[in-house]
Amino acid sequence: MPDSVIFGMEVFLNGLMAGVLYALVALGFVLIYKASGIFNYAQGVMALFAALTLVGIMEGQVPFSHLINAVLGTQVHHFGWHVPALLAVALTVVVMIALAWIVNKLIFRHLVGQEPIILFMATIGLAYFLEGFGDVMWGADIKKLDVGLPQGMNSAIDDVTFGIFGYGFFIDNLDIVATLVAALLVAGLVAFAQYSKHGRAMRAVADDHQAALSVGISLNFIWVMVWSLAGFVALVAGIMWGTKMGVQFSLSLIALKALPVLMLGGFTSIPGAIVGGLIIGVGEKMFEFAIGPLVGGATENWFAYMLALIFLVFRPQGLFGEKIIERV
Amino acid sequence: MNDMSAETTVTADGRKIGGVVMEMKNITLRFGGVVAIKDISFDIREGEIRAIIGPNGAGKSSMLNVISGFYHPQEGEVWYKGQKRPPMKPYQVAQQGIARTFQNIALFEGMSVLDNVMTGRIRQMKTGLLAQALWKGRAEAEEVENRAAVEKIIDFLEIQHIRKTPVSRLPYGLKKRVELARALAAEPSILLLDEPMAGMNVEEKEDMSRFILDVNDEFGTTIALIEHDMGVVMDLSDRVVVMDYGKKIGDGTPDEVRSNQAVIDAYLGVAHD
Repeated sequence: MPDSVIFGMEVFLNGLMAGVLYALVALGFVLIYKASGIFNYAQGVMALFAALTLVGIMEGQVPFSHLINAVLGTQVHHFGWHVPALLAVALTVVVMIALAWIVNKLIFRHLVGQEPIILFMATIGLAYFLEGFGDVMWGADIKKLDVGLPQGMNSAIDDVTFGIFGYGFFIDNLDIVATLVAALLVAGLVAFAQYSKHGRAMRAVADDHQAALSVGISLNFIWVMVWSLAGFVALVAGIMWGTKMGVQFSLSLIALKALPVLMLGGFTSIPGAIVGGLIIGVGEKMFEFAIGPLVGGATENWFAYMLALIFLVFRPQGLFGEKIIERV
Repeated sequence: MNDMSAETTVTADGRKIGGVVMEMKNITLRFGGVVAIKDISFDIREGEIRAIIGPNGAGKSSMLNVISGFYHPQEGEVWYKGQKRPPMKPYQVAQQGIARTFQNIALFEGMSVLDNVMTGRIRQMKTGLLAQALWKGRAEAEEVENRAAVEKIIDFLEIQHIRKTPVSRLPYGLKKRVELARALAAEPSILLLDEPMAGMNVEEKEDMSRFILDVNDEFGTTIALIEHDMGVVMDLSDRVVVMDYGKKIGDGTPDEVRSNQAVIDAYLGVAHD
């Protein structure tokens, strides 16, 4: 087998793994969009905020320490304890649920029935607020996140591929974990939406508010639930990305990569978010591998958007989105 | 509660009609300067079919929306099962056992018939969010139990053949029946039907009438319905409230209402034209 094909296979696999991480972010968008028709621009920032909170709790950081020190003239930074990873994750989940409740209470329950563009603008406001709030609460420095997930090259895959091709593939253990977690998350979410009372209520609210009320579903409860779920997905994405690149404010930009993923997969499909993520991941890695050298590289920056643009022209509802039918 | 409510009567066809389950006292509803309902009182008794009729714009739908909590009257009281009801959100009213259908059909279009009817059971399903999410404890048993109840209703309303069909693909008459099934799945104390026969052809109207009578007969469900088609209503109901321009102009058995001069005037337009 020629070397380029073997390299291509490795690039393909790495593309799949990168795609999973994009899909994790896109998933959060789909959840909220499906249940409330809100395109949540703040999803990326929520992932950042979740990761910041997780690190802060684990390291025993004092929240708002800069503010406290500035006002009171004290010098507190750390509580002096370390919280075990699992407990810290549980506490962060609680924080994300509280955030969901506050966001619904203060913003979105007052905007019921508004135009989608108004709701979208509100989420942009939320994104900037949350970014600033995260900064004030936990500080702006880049933090290392280690919840004990395996990292580094997977030696088993390296050995096996070396045995077959005479060349060991480099696959990061973290990416494998991310793939497994994403698969579990999607299976769980789909099962929850299809076969549980609250999942059914969630779909009901997405479909028709009036009818949902008439069978005894509280809209506010469902909205808080959906934002909490999105917060949880954001936390998972935050953990994966944070472990990979450190918890830094550029994490909120990964939300932008989720946009082309959504255009491919459709804004309303959970499986679509996954498939869309994989296509973007594989597509940009393979494109860089095959075409990149011819055009001077750096194609990963624009390939996803280019692909999304082509999709917008030929299939605006995405691969799995609900078909857009205009009745005249 | 007064003494009247304890009284039980038996109709000519052998159905039992019990005490007052809901009483509207001096309800007035305004939208800005427009008075939609003006000082109306009436009651609904257990096990009866109670109709609210009137010409278009008489305030019938507004009255139904007051009962189901979608509108809140400025004046008057709603008494339910012997207690004055505080202002409530529609979902709370539904959880109290008042189910409804809508004039323009409000089904979950993207969901199957079965799933639509299952949402009607939400009141009966008690397991918490965590148990549901983890699929632990009672959650599964409860799903199975409720599924059985739903299948019974689906059989009863003769919609077995479309159980798995997405609602958006159904014709109008069947959609109305699915909506009835969903409301019925809640095992309501009072079933509110907003123009159940609107937009139907003669055959569909006859089917619907039969189902309404059967539901009342088989499950003893108390039914309050709105119609503007007087003929249909007179055959169905035990007692009829007649509204015109937001006011009550008649209340009694179909025969009493039929011979009421104010009602005749309202329908033939003598008083207003």
